[in-house]
Amino acid sequence: MSLLKENSNYNSLVEYCLRIADDRMILGQVLAESCGHLPMLEEDIAITNISLDLIGQATSFYEYSAELLGNGETADNLVFFRGEREFKNILLVEQDNSDFAYLIVKQFLFDSFDLLFMEALTKSQNEQFAAIAAKAYKESLYHFRHTKSWVIRLGDGTDESNSKINEALEFLWMYVGEMFEIDEVEESLIKENIAVNTNLFKEKWLTLINDTFKEATLSMPNINDFMQTGGRKGRHTECLGHILAEMQYIPRAYPTANW
Amino acid sequence: MLNDTQMPVWEVFCQSKTGKPYEHVGNVHASDSEMALQNARDVYSRRGSVVGIWVVPSKYIISSTPDDMGPFFDPGNDKIYRHPNFYKIPKGVNVDVH
Repeated sequence: MSLLKENSNYNSLVEYCLRIADDRMILGQVLAESCGHLPMLEEDIAITNISLDLIGQATSFYEYSAELLGNGETADNLVFFRGEREFKNILLVEQDNSDFAYLIVKQFLFDSFDLLFMEALTKSQNEQFAAIAAKAYKESLYHFRHTKSWVIRLGDGTDESNSKINEALEFLWMYVGEMFEIDEVEESLIKENIAVNTNLFKEKWLTLINDTFKEATLSMPNINDFMQTGGRKGRHTECLGHILAEMQYIPRAYPTANW
Repeated sequence: MLNDTQMPVWEVFCQSKTGKPYEHVGNVHASDSEMALQNARDVYSRRGSVVGIWVVPSKYIISSTPDDMGPFFDPGNDKIYRHPNFYKIPKGVNVDVH
């Protein structure tokens, strides 16, 4: 498989589309790892539902990326035959499901952002983005409702659940800054009203999560703390290697296999 | 007596189309009504058309028992004067005969 940058149709739009797709694909994949391991059957179904929703969204964005790239590129190639350095997801979505609190806090931080992101993307000048976002927005509303309820339940639960949520939040907080990074790729697309200007809803997002934390009797961390970065440039944590090894194993071992 | 450690049970009723009756489809475990509603949606509506869901804690459903069937329901079947069989129903009127 040739590298992405060798494709003559590779440009900012493709890069942006892949970032959105990679975020959801990796998060969906990590969520799927929890299948069969969650506290109760109903939660297992709920979380894997969310995982499928995210993978479904990723599929739409990958298919559009493949269309833009042409030259025989396919969504499957993009998912199963790119290496770590070519994946452009943010670092938050790669983090382990160390325990249920980590899974829920990680998902909550993403869902709260995704809600506002998809809402904004429905107004994109790019018709494909707007169409995918219209459907994704409804899903993110539901995801947010689910994870918000759990953050409140666990935060305002027992001393044990509160301390576990706190620990997860303290660890994962350094990954939220990346959700609001805007580089030269996105700047040019924002000017054309194609990409979402995440700065415009940062305050709204902070209020949204603060409201939940208050109800969950959790202290609101500081948005000006040191933030991890690098995902958008293909520099990932040690988690991604394991995720891709599992996700890409079969297609790479049997490249000509068909369903 | 087996102790269920998986939180209280809620019975789930789904409506397939606005206006239709809610039908019992099963039950879920949940700690509160919000979780019950979400779990019911996740478990029972993912594959079909569902437009409405009711959840009720199982303990609030009081049910007749099979033993009750005789004394409760048989006498009604003998009393034809209770059945609306002697009215001519106009064409075009939909009536559910209970």
